Amino acid sequence: MSVIGTRLPRKEDPRLLRGRGRFGDDISAPGQLWARIVRSPTAHGQVRGLDVTEAASVPGIKNIITAKDLPPGLVIPVRLAVGSADLSPYLQPVLAADMVRYVGEPLAVVIGDDPYVCEDAAELVDIDIADLPVVIDAVGAGDDENTAAELTLGYGDTDAAFAGARHVVSIELAIGRHTGVPLEPRCLLAVPGPENPGRAELDIFGMTKVPVFNRDLLAGMLGLDEALIHVHAIDAGGGFGIRGEFYPEDFLIPWLAITLGRPVKWAEDRAEHLMAANHSRQQHHRIAAAFDHDGRITGLRDDIVHDNGAYCRTHGVAVPELTVAMLPGPYRIPAYRGRVRVVLTNKTPCGTYRAPGRFEGTSAREHLLDVAATQLGIDPIVLRERNLLTKDDMPHHRHISTLGTDLVLDTGDYPALLVAAVKEAERLGYRAEAHPIGPAGPKPRGFGLAMFVEKSGLGPQETADVAVSKSGTVHVFSGGTSVGQGIETVLTQIAADALGVDPQVVRVVAGDTAAQPFGAGSWASRSTVVGGTAVHQAATAVRERAVQLAARMLETAEADLEVRDGSIGVRGDPNARVTLAAVARAAEPAGGYLTAGEPAGLSARRRFEVARMTYPYGVHAAVVEVDAGTGRVRVLRYLVAYEVGRAINPMLVEGQLIGGVAQGIGGALFEEFSYDDAGQPQAITFIEYRMPTAAEIPPVDVLLAQDSPSPGNPLGVMGAGEGGVNAVGAAVANAVRDALGLAGGVGQLPLTPARVRALAGRTEGEA
Amino acid sequence: MKDMHAITLRVNGRDHELVVEARRTLADMLRHDLGYTGTHLGCEHGICGACTVILNDAPVRACLIFGVQADGAEVRTVEGLADGEQLSDLQQSFSDHHALQCGFCTPGFLMLAEAYFADTDTAALTEARVRELVAANLCRCTGYQGIVEAVLATARAREDAKDDSS
Repeated sequence: MSVIGTRLPRKEDPRLLRGRGRFGDDISAPGQLWARIVRSPTAHGQVRGLDVTEAASVPGIKNIITAKDLPPGLVIPVRLAVGSADLSPYLQPVLAADMVRYVGEPLAVVIGDDPYVCEDAAELVDIDIADLPVVIDAVGAGDDENTAAELTLGYGDTDAAFAGARHVVSIELAIGRHTGVPLEPRCLLAVPGPENPGRAELDIFGMTKVPVFNRDLLAGMLGLDEALIHVHAIDAGGGFGIRGEFYPEDFLIPWLAITLGRPVKWAEDRAEHLMAANHSRQQHHRIAAAFDHDGRITGLRDDIVHDNGAYCRTHGVAVPELTVAMLPGPYRIPAYRGRVRVVLTNKTPCGTYRAPGRFEGTSAREHLLDVAATQLGIDPIVLRERNLLTKDDMPHHRHISTLGTDLVLDTGDYPALLVAAVKEAERLGYRAEAHPIGPAGPKPRGFGLAMFVEKSGLGPQETADVAVSKSGTVHVFSGGTSVGQGIETVLTQIAADALGVDPQVVRVVAGDTAAQPFGAGSWASRSTVVGGTAVHQAATAVRERAVQLAARMLETAEADLEVRDGSIGVRGDPNARVTLAAVARAAEPAGGYLTAGEPAGLSARRRFEVARMTYPYGVHAAVVEVDAGTGRVRVLRYLVAYEVGRAINPMLVEGQLIGGVAQGIGGALFEEFSYDDAGQPQAITFIEYRMPTAAEIPPVDVLLAQDSPSPGNPLGVMGAGEGGVNAVGAAVANAVRDALGLAGGVGQLPLTPARVRALAGRTEGEA
Repeated sequence: MKDMHAITLRVNGRDHELVVEARRTLADMLRHDLGYTGTHLGCEHGICGACTVILNDAPVRACLIFGVQADGAEVRTVEGLADGEQLSDLQQSFSDHHALQCGFCTPGFLMLAEAYFADTDTAALTEARVRELVAANLCRCTGYQGIVEAVLATARAREDAKDDSS
């Protein structure tokens, strides 16, 4: 029986449970210095002076650097360029020189022996900034001056569709500013090699997500050969998009280490994280759909304002592009136009957060459909069924491209999953619980459902090396990175399956740039799909090579051999067998079985390339209770139905989905980066930035479907990282709307108590 | 001049003597002075609970306690839970119930639960009560479901073991 598809206990668990994980700040180097970043206290202003005299006089302070100490012109470049927009005027300098544009922007770095003393000294840097007017509201900042880019995607004649429509339904929906907020803050340790200064080798701990990309970028900025930089694979306390992108600190800390010839560590505090690491999500949608007399969609358009904060960082305009590209979702939409304006404001710059652009777009589209169902007098589930693409439509070309790939919905039976999800929700009593018999009382309950298409498996490639050592241990070197998703376990299962070995003998190193210099990282739900397939191919190649060598050892034909339980033997002859370890020894230079010129070792490197993404899909359903008096919303029940193609480890897929739901509930009800009129961030602790606890998250029901294997890879897998969060904003908004009996939409997420009270008051006013 | 204090404490049964600055947190002292890096810092303001350790039988946020306050105290950290290579029943239950993903918050939840078990009649423990307990700390990966299940399963297994031995 294959180990694929089993609930194999995680390889990562024992070390993490024993407190033996290696997270950023767990690693130290002899002679290490600590860095503290001095950040702008002002949202927008001209820097008139930075006086470091007093700070530099604090005992134990080694150095303080400002922009004038750095090589000139350094900016954080775009990693994920899309379209033709020139974003060069909007890129963030490594340290602000003349202007600051958000509270938290790095101005200087204090370096010393003791992190406590560095923090003391940082407080003593005298910052003189002349305030300038701030822009906080992206929707109000309508002029071109604040617009970094504008993108329009679509096809068909939307104007004609709307002109000829029987019904046109439109809503406005604002998505709140929130982000991944992994529990481990960012941390970086850079250790220079012995040859100093200037030509040092560099060891880096803490760049976990796209280590090879970041290594190459850093090499270019430092003027170092990239092979001299070794980014180590360590544990990371959560990814979610925000972790591991190249931030200003990712240049500053390595540069300081090389310049000072000493190891330098930087461990941010939570306040820094909440005002300096990427924000995400904040958009304002004006979305409308045109329907014919049967409730069939004839056209869809959305006009979006994307609040990108003060700069364009590594993702450029990828999130707004993904928003408009994925907005049509699982539906048959003859004409579509999505327009998004990327507006710069004096807030923390934005990047991706799990299901970037989809949480936002799904919220808008699915909330619109519920409002339309009310206005058209059709059941919301029936309205969706009527408009879903069907199995016969697959593959469906959207005539849109995103992230440089054509958007082709590759497989699936959307109506079947919707039917299955509705049936499961009925079986679990969701609707009966949402609409109990009797008077609604002060705490009405509502049911909400939303459907979505995800994307996964972004290419263009992933490389894997698989090698068997003399003990028979199978070493997998992948370009993915370990951010909590269980990649070591998944790749173990894939390699063990291909090689016919016990998962116990497989060891995975994920994201070490020396062990795997061609990796593309873990993001975009790509690791199992693209990275897993590369491991499958490399392990399969090792198996073929092992059979070839075993045939020489057993003096038989390859066709007569079978691979089983870590050994290779002649079919039907239990005595003629060699273990994989013996084959590995035979492949040694002096092993005696290599032909002249044949390379030594039992190993293979394979590269898996994909031209297009693969598209999983799902349905979310929620039951909520609304306290109309306090405005508090409680999520009572939550169901995710998700098609994943093939689950390598169902336990991990369920874990991804359930964890995603919790994050989605945060964005739907609680988490929000708000600012005052002067641009001061109002959420810089976990008191104001309200992440959900176990008291706010209900048990989540999961219906995991494996009915539509991906045609795009030999394992048939699709990504699982983002389907849990994608539609939570939509399902919760629809359930709250149902509970309150609103005619229109909820208008804004998150549905904080104040907003819900206002909505409840509106229904009373209408009644 | 730094305000330094000589203190002694016992961590996971082992005695330590050290000199520590008055303002140094227990978390930093455990992590950076004594090498118990399994205690993690997620917020440094007492909300997330990743730094939860057991100080003289009570669960505390090690980021809100100064190291000098542990003078003469007995501290238990995550490193003290396993018996050699053998995971404790609670640790094993976390793995069985997929109660961890990135694992950064996990030591805090383990210590929180252990302190609770030591102080509570677990016989009457309900899922609702466990959920309330687990709500003391933050996890960003799991959605809490596995953590609630793991804590509850361990409590029940320990009750069963008590019944069997009585």
